[in-house]
Amino acid sequence: MLNASDLRKGLKILLDGDPYIITRFEFSKPGKGQSLYKCRLRNMINGNSTDRTFRSNEKFEKASLEERSMQYLYSQGDEFHFMDVNTYEQLSLTREQIAENVNYLIDNMEVTVLFFNGSPIDITLPIFVNLAVTQADPWVKGDTSGTDTKPVTVETGYVLQAPPFIEEGDRIQVDTRTGEYITRVKD
Amino acid sequence: MISGLRLRQRAAVFRAVRLFFEERDYLEADTPLLLPVLAPERWIEPFTAGDLFLQTSPELCMKRLLAAGHARLYQICPCFRKGERGGRHLPEFSMLEWYRAGIDYLALMDECEELVKSVALECSARKLFAKPAGCFRLDIPFERLTVAEAFGKYARCDENAALAAGCYEEVMVEEVEPHLGKGGRPTFLYDYPAGLASLARRKSEEPALAERFELYADGIELANGFSELTDPVEQRCRFEEERRLILSTGREPGPIPERFLAALHDMPEAAGIALGLDRLVMLMTGAATIDEVVCFVPEEL
Repeated sequence: MLNASDLRKGLKILLDGDPYIITRFEFSKPGKGQSLYKCRLRNMINGNSTDRTFRSNEKFEKASLEERSMQYLYSQGDEFHFMDVNTYEQLSLTREQIAENVNYLIDNMEVTVLFFNGSPIDITLPIFVNLAVTQADPWVKGDTSGTDTKPVTVETGYVLQAPPFIEEGDRIQVDTRTGEYITRVKD
Repeated sequence: MISGLRLRQRAAVFRAVRLFFEERDYLEADTPLLLPVLAPERWIEPFTAGDLFLQTSPELCMKRLLAAGHARLYQICPCFRKGERGGRHLPEFSMLEWYRAGIDYLALMDECEELVKSVALECSARKLFAKPAGCFRLDIPFERLTVAEAFGKYARCDENAALAAGCYEEVMVEEVEPHLGKGGRPTFLYDYPAGLASLARRKSEEPALAERFELYADGIELANGFSELTDPVEQRCRFEEERRLILSTGREPGPIPERFLAALHDMPEAAGIALGLDRLVMLMTGAATIDEVVCFVPEEL
């Protein structure tokens, strides 16, 4: 069991049966009164955030979460299939659970699948992924219109801003935390 | 570790504080940090050191000096409180306390405002600080709101209903405090429910209220002051009550501070205040957390 004084940003706790991650934390003690622990918590299953204030006598249970490295296989409708490369065990997550990760997910990508009570609830991608550009306006050399980026489409269908010299067929590195262009890669 | 700039700024704030009190004929006192007995306080848990306690505040010793005839006293010292850690809390922090005979809490509010403005002026005159230091207006008086007015203005219920429902602190933190001391104008909150001030005098014309105030600046709770309770009989009752409350939370209350109670017989009418000095440095520098303004935080030691 955890005490309120153990609460901190990043801690994962069980609340009303669901796993939550503390995304914002503030210790407060108004006017020599009792200690209060103000938290913003994100439900790790549905992604909803909620604000809660706890007192020092409250007790918490750590959310029992497990991570496993798995390979992305394919999607079918709203189901995304993954495989454990050691045991060949397969499972699927819904489009809702994959959320914006769908923008960077390509076949055979190694991802980390998060399990709560044995069921997959979320995935974590590598921070940087390389994606092929499938659509980009041609680069007009000497273009002095002043725009330093242009929209390009990558193989997942995701559209992002990239420098004007990026062309169809290039491979670019994207930061999956921000969705932003990092650099052009040669491979 | 603190940055070079913050260390210099911190030293400048300390100097400006000492300058203020020297100019007003206050005597600097340094009372012992290791004490055999503390004022029992329900929500403050002390550290023990052998058979002794590390002080949670210099209050009792300062009042004994006051009772001995020293009419204007101030102290800058570390205080220790178990379990307090956050963006504005450290288990060891620097406190500024000052006491003055012959005045009440309203006059002390004025003096507190003068101190904060004087430190801001002093800092603004130095290259180390952005101008104006403290980011509040020096040309208008601080806002003054009674606790009842603040709850009426910002909260879903009045303070007595919140106390009765056992959610006073939550309402204070979630609904009232976010509005205090904003827009470049610090706020004094005053006239607290009597149950929330164990060492403060009650208002004679309204005994349900204590002559206590707190200062908020930019969302930071900066200081807590009051007219001192000088009645040893009532003070003993309040200590007994606090000890009962400490017992009910499963902690062992320390003994009653008998020497302090004995000294109360000689204590003049006075007002006293505790101000978080690290937080004053935060206010003057615009630091976002207390971590930025102390030399080391506990996690670095």
